[in-house]
Amino acid sequence: MRERIDCDVAIVGGGIVGGSAALFLRQAGLSVTLLERDWCGAKASGVNFGGVRRQGRPLEQLPLSQRAHAIWGRLPELLGTDAEYIRSGHLKLARSEPDLASLIDYRERTQGFGLGLEIVTGDEFRRRWPALGDRAIGGSLCPEDGHANPRLVSPAFARAAAKLGVVVREQTPVDRVEKDGDRFVLLSGDVLEVRARFLLNTAGAWSRRVAEAFGEPVPLESLHPNMAVTEPLPRFLDVNIGVEGGGVYGRQVPRGNMVVGGGRGFALDADRARPQRDAVLTLMRDAAELFPQLRHAHVIRCWTGVEGYTPDRNPIIGPSRTTPGLFHAFGFSGAGFQIGPGVGQTLAELVTAGETAMPLEPFRIDRFPLTT
Amino acid sequence: MSELLPPVIVGAGPAGIRAAERLVAAGLRPVVVDEAARWGGQIYRQPPDGGFTRPKTALYGFEAGKADALHRAMAAIRDRVDYRPRTLVWNCEAGALDLLSEGASEALPFSHLILATGATDRVLPFPGWTLPGVFTLGGSQVALKFQGCAVGRRVAFLGTGPLLYLVAYQYLKAGVEVAGVFDTTPFAAQARATAGMLRDPATLAKGLLFVGWLRAHGVPIHNGVRPVRAEGAERVDALVWRDARGQVRRTACDAVAFGLGLRSETQLADLAGCRFRFDEADRAWLPERDGAGRSSVPGVYLAGDGSGIAGADAAELAGERAALALLEDLGRPVEAARVKELDGRLARIVAFRRSLSAAFPFPADWADAIADDTMICRCEGVTAGAVREVARSGQAREMNRAKALTRAGMGRCQGRMCSATTAELLSRTLGTGPYGVGRLRAQPPIKPLPIATVVPSPPRGEGQGEGDALRGPGRSTALFQPATNAPPRIPLTQPSPRFRRTEGPSVASAQTSFAHERGGEGTDDGREVA
Repeated sequence: MRERIDCDVAIVGGGIVGGSAALFLRQAGLSVTLLERDWCGAKASGVNFGGVRRQGRPLEQLPLSQRAHAIWGRLPELLGTDAEYIRSGHLKLARSEPDLASLIDYRERTQGFGLGLEIVTGDEFRRRWPALGDRAIGGSLCPEDGHANPRLVSPAFARAAAKLGVVVREQTPVDRVEKDGDRFVLLSGDVLEVRARFLLNTAGAWSRRVAEAFGEPVPLESLHPNMAVTEPLPRFLDVNIGVEGGGVYGRQVPRGNMVVGGGRGFALDADRARPQRDAVLTLMRDAAELFPQLRHAHVIRCWTGVEGYTPDRNPIIGPSRTTPGLFHAFGFSGAGFQIGPGVGQTLAELVTAGETAMPLEPFRIDRFPLTT
Repeated sequence: MSELLPPVIVGAGPAGIRAAERLVAAGLRPVVVDEAARWGGQIYRQPPDGGFTRPKTALYGFEAGKADALHRAMAAIRDRVDYRPRTLVWNCEAGALDLLSEGASEALPFSHLILATGATDRVLPFPGWTLPGVFTLGGSQVALKFQGCAVGRRVAFLGTGPLLYLVAYQYLKAGVEVAGVFDTTPFAAQARATAGMLRDPATLAKGLLFVGWLRAHGVPIHNGVRPVRAEGAERVDALVWRDARGQVRRTACDAVAFGLGLRSETQLADLAGCRFRFDEADRAWLPERDGAGRSSVPGVYLAGDGSGIAGADAAELAGERAALALLEDLGRPVEAARVKELDGRLARIVAFRRSLSAAFPFPADWADAIADDTMICRCEGVTAGAVREVARSGQAREMNRAKALTRAGMGRCQGRMCSATTAELLSRTLGTGPYGVGRLRAQPPIKPLPIATVVPSPPRGEGQGEGDALRGPGRSTALFQPATNAPPRIPLTQPSPRFRRTEGPSVASAQTSFAHERGGEGTDDGREVA
């Protein structure tokens, strides 16, 4: 017997975007069914680096990012846990004068978005972050950015949603999805049929299949960031560290472990990825170079995940161009964690109010031509 | 073209050495990679060079002849193998192993690989198990064999499995007082199973002899025991236990050696892509292998306890058998009679192992008695209660999820020590049986990898002569030294290595700067990616 659920909104994908959308939709009084093929928050949302960072984002993302920032400030109230979220500050390092100029330019361009960026250089820089030594000539601090434990945050959104009455089904792959009149119909094997007025496609790197089912193929590729963590070390760093120009990034968790990232892993198949040896060794070398405190530490674990990237590295967010009632939100290109809850809230708005004040123009799906 | 690569054997214990011997006999020159400084594996572990004069009969007891034969076998082929001692295999990826030796990492491509990775103690915690003085059975044995010392003056032996009696016997022979053998197996089960063991009278006789010897020396042997707690302030001073009738009793001792059989070291097989299956007898997920040792991955062979516990004798046979399978697959002639003989002997041992599992059944209810506040994952300080909670609340129905939510298995050991416990706690809470909760996915590195690991990119090392990374007084910054050479069976009461401060390695200044990374792929500045 196939179970049948009728509801207002069906969501495919229980990551931080789908989970938060479910939570906000339910708060608005709608009936919601969330389908997750794996476990909620177990993929990119749950295994990412854990940076909660607005600084460095392209300007067009900042309104959503600010919206998310407000939600991050309410985690205990929303989720019943702080999920190790700390507003430690995010410090982006400049290793050269041109890098510093670039950071200063970014600060100028982001005036008015509320990031509160602070450029720190020279003696002041060394006084405030002696642990960084002479590795950089200065940096840009976003004081209210920080980091969190993604393994805890992302599942917690779906859990909070379930608590409010969202039907959350894990280990439930969607095999078929179509529109029947004014209803979306989702089938999972011969076990479950969900019918809904609205459909949210928040399936991360696997969102292409849902888009394609409605005649909207998108150029989405999977990439696999390479990350590693050391054994616990004496605390030497509170801020979340990035480097202008990229290469390596790191944060030390309160427990003392240093989490670092850089380079790419490789795909085992469409669903699974592994760290790559050269990337691991390069990352270790670069991390030890950037953080001399790590020189005698050990890496105890490396990991990666599967993340959907678009050609322009901006996500796809907003209504389908082919199918009324369908909304997409995916392709965050390695930067979906912080912004995720803001996007979830915006999706909820699109469903309940039919519109949003958030500028979604840059994220329209039709910026990519329909190709098959 | 791939045949140009020499076969690679990981592990120089009974399986690895016999595999190497067979390949050498066929005219090949295998690479033998081993974590230990000297060959022999865990069971026939050799004492360090110099200063140790205990004869083999004292070190290995009845097995001295086998140990000696195995050591000699390797010595005889030493110059015909590419032997790499003190070398950790930390990863397997895309047809190559990553080796860590003397602080440097090197990729070793292979076309044919025999994994003989061995086993470590399987332990389930009990209250007080983290007290100084509580060791695993294997760790206690290593102390005796390798370090020439006992774990205590009056030692209580607790648990199940053949090792329980063997190590107690070895301690007694070494002149240590044995406070008692506390076997979790009910007496009746053992008696029933003994019948099956008649298939291998020699092994049975040996087992009976251990028991007889212990009894003759006044060592009390208790069956059907469950631990209540290890007691003591600074160090264990008593084992409190419940006897078969439910009576709580107390035995004074200054050390407890415990273990519940062995668990296979399967991470390399996992990284090599081998398919796994659940094995009821070992109560563990193991890489699949056919009777000859072929895994599900062409060119990857499995031998010895690393892919299912069958003991040292079986490992020797399985190592040779895997080598013959490898030779067959290379199209080399192999002696059919020898294959047949090995297959027959292995089959008999497998049958005997089944009886042995019946004689030493896993005490499945042990996990229920682990108090919620007992620490089960020592690396990360996770309690039994935390694991039960994520199961009870429906948040975790399998191992990887429980790890993500509780941190159990996230630390230095990567679950090698604690995942058996996590599986028991999860499955007992969920009522699924250990099969139902799956297994932890392996991730590199298999063991902690020094961040200062040198990559001898061509040209090899600038002034980074071999050994530099392990020499020198180091810098004045806080240093946390490795455990890469520590024996896999870590005596439980060693301070967790991450708290052991020592002089650190002096790191040859890395010639790298991350500046050259600029503009490459990695330009996404801490994008929070997965």
